[in-house]
Amino acid sequence: MSITQVDMPLPAARVRPWARWTGAALLALVLAFALLAPVIFPADPLRQSLRHILAAPDAASPLGYDHLGRSLTARLASALRLSLMIAAAAVASSALLGVAVGVLAAWRGGWVDRAASLVADAFLALPGLLLVLIVSAIVPVTPLAFWIGLTLVLWIEYFRLTRATVSRLLAAPGVQASRLLGFGPFYIFRRHLWPELAPMLLTLGAFGAATAIMMIAALGFVSVGMRPPTPELGLMMVELLPYYREAPMALVIPVAATFVTLLGLNLVAKGGRA
Amino acid sequence: MRPLTQAILYRASQAVLVALLVGMLTFLMMQALPGDMAFRIAAGRYGYDAVNAEAAEAVRRELGLDRPALAAFGTWLWDLMRLDFGTSVISGAPVMDEIRHQLGASLQLAGAALALSFLIGPPVGILAGLRAGGWLDRTLLVVSTALRSVPQFLMGLILIVLVSIQLGWLPAAGYGRPVHFVLPALTLALGLAAVSARVARDAMAAVAASPYYAFGRWKGLSEGQLLRRHGLRNIGVTLVTYLGLQFAMLVEGVVVIEAIFSWPGIGHALVHAIFGRDVPMVQGTVLLLGLGFVALNTAVDLTARWIDPRGRGAGEARS
Repeated sequence: MSITQVDMPLPAARVRPWARWTGAALLALVLAFALLAPVIFPADPLRQSLRHILAAPDAASPLGYDHLGRSLTARLASALRLSLMIAAAAVASSALLGVAVGVLAAWRGGWVDRAASLVADAFLALPGLLLVLIVSAIVPVTPLAFWIGLTLVLWIEYFRLTRATVSRLLAAPGVQASRLLGFGPFYIFRRHLWPELAPMLLTLGAFGAATAIMMIAALGFVSVGMRPPTPELGLMMVELLPYYREAPMALVIPVAATFVTLLGLNLVAKGGRA
Repeated sequence: MRPLTQAILYRASQAVLVALLVGMLTFLMMQALPGDMAFRIAAGRYGYDAVNAEAAEAVRRELGLDRPALAAFGTWLWDLMRLDFGTSVISGAPVMDEIRHQLGASLQLAGAALALSFLIGPPVGILAGLRAGGWLDRTLLVVSTALRSVPQFLMGLILIVLVSIQLGWLPAAGYGRPVHFVLPALTLALGLAAVSARVARDAMAAVAASPYYAFGRWKGLSEGQLLRRHGLRNIGVTLVTYLGLQFAMLVEGVVVIEAIFSWPGIGHALVHAIFGRDVPMVQGTVLLLGLGFVALNTAVDLTARWIDPRGRGAGEARS
């Protein structure tokens, strides 16, 4: 019995292109802000200014200032770049690892398959957040620790789906015919396996990035992730929470940014699946 | 159909591997502690002002920190195999006692959250699935997509700001009285219900669209009879299987939510143990959670077999 896969016959896939397009538009918006804000409103995200403590938005920083007079525009853009970069790196490396091990396990079968599945199940038993937390205690550089920890968490899903898909395809007549005609494994991977795997990778990648961003923010929020004064979404929220009465908008900014980013990723993932 | 013993054997080897993995990770964590480990642990015990070379030396001798790494790893695994988790290097109490103390509080919270999510999620999902495409179905899609984009810590933050600070109805943090349960349990439950409602909805929609369901209606069963006889049992397997998944989400949620609401549970303790580099505590806690996951999934496997004894088809992806 599979744990993560719900093997009920689902109703015929409803295509929801609007969901995917809305998600892509939201993501483009977030990305544009993260990349363009430092160009349009250049400011050092760490520079404090006592004259601007919790100041209202002005021309230099349309999002206002935080409790130390730092530009919230610059901090938010920097925090988004950090989260998105770690998430992208973790998704890329976990996809590479998961697909490679998955194809290998399905292709070789036997004890390779059993060993790989067992290792994946052992990782699956450790809640992802704890794994990231432990790795962050081992590896001293926090972004690097997040990258390694998140890769260890995210590769399992890629492995499981790749293994299931590939073992189904390898038994299909198309691959059998290609093999009989003498085509090598690279040809079979490129012509038979990759076209089936690619759309799945996009969905998993969007879900994985959402998981990564959530975990980074959650650990930052409980003060075991990034260290101040690094701008990070979760850290910004916990820093601005005590000033909620004086400047509610300052707290709303990182909250809204996190929500929009995650919503965009979830919509991109959902549009391809449900 | 896979024989029962083989399934249990597989789960057992999974449990052994989980223990090995946890042992390896926590040992690496021990080795990676910056500075002199003996000094760090002595500082954790006596406070940073009261540490001197003598105290550090005493700690070093007591914990055998001067041995080579490989020998230490051997002893480490041997202790683990005998289920000897050692004592917390900070409080000095046996890890087992500490965990037993905190687990109770966490289980109460997790149980309350799970019960609440089961009251909200599956019923809404079943209603939506019976009328796939109706207004409830569409609303549920929007609400659950939005809820899934709110991480649990953010949900906690929003509830604290709205209910505790703005309205002043409930305390933001604390433990001991029933009112303290409401906010943390609701935070966890909303996240869980957002997903379980979708799972229940998809399963129910599939069952409601199936030929046997149509046949049941055709032979004159009322909607209630149909749901009880042919609906609930068929979506039961999916929901119970999903319960195993929820455990992982619940553990992650509990770690963060306990830290936010200062709930004196296992997640709170774990964050502190990681902060203070209390490796035996981390090892015991993570091992317990990992083995708990394996045990729960074994139970889920067995329950799914009991609900639907037909077994899966040949195309089943082995867990």
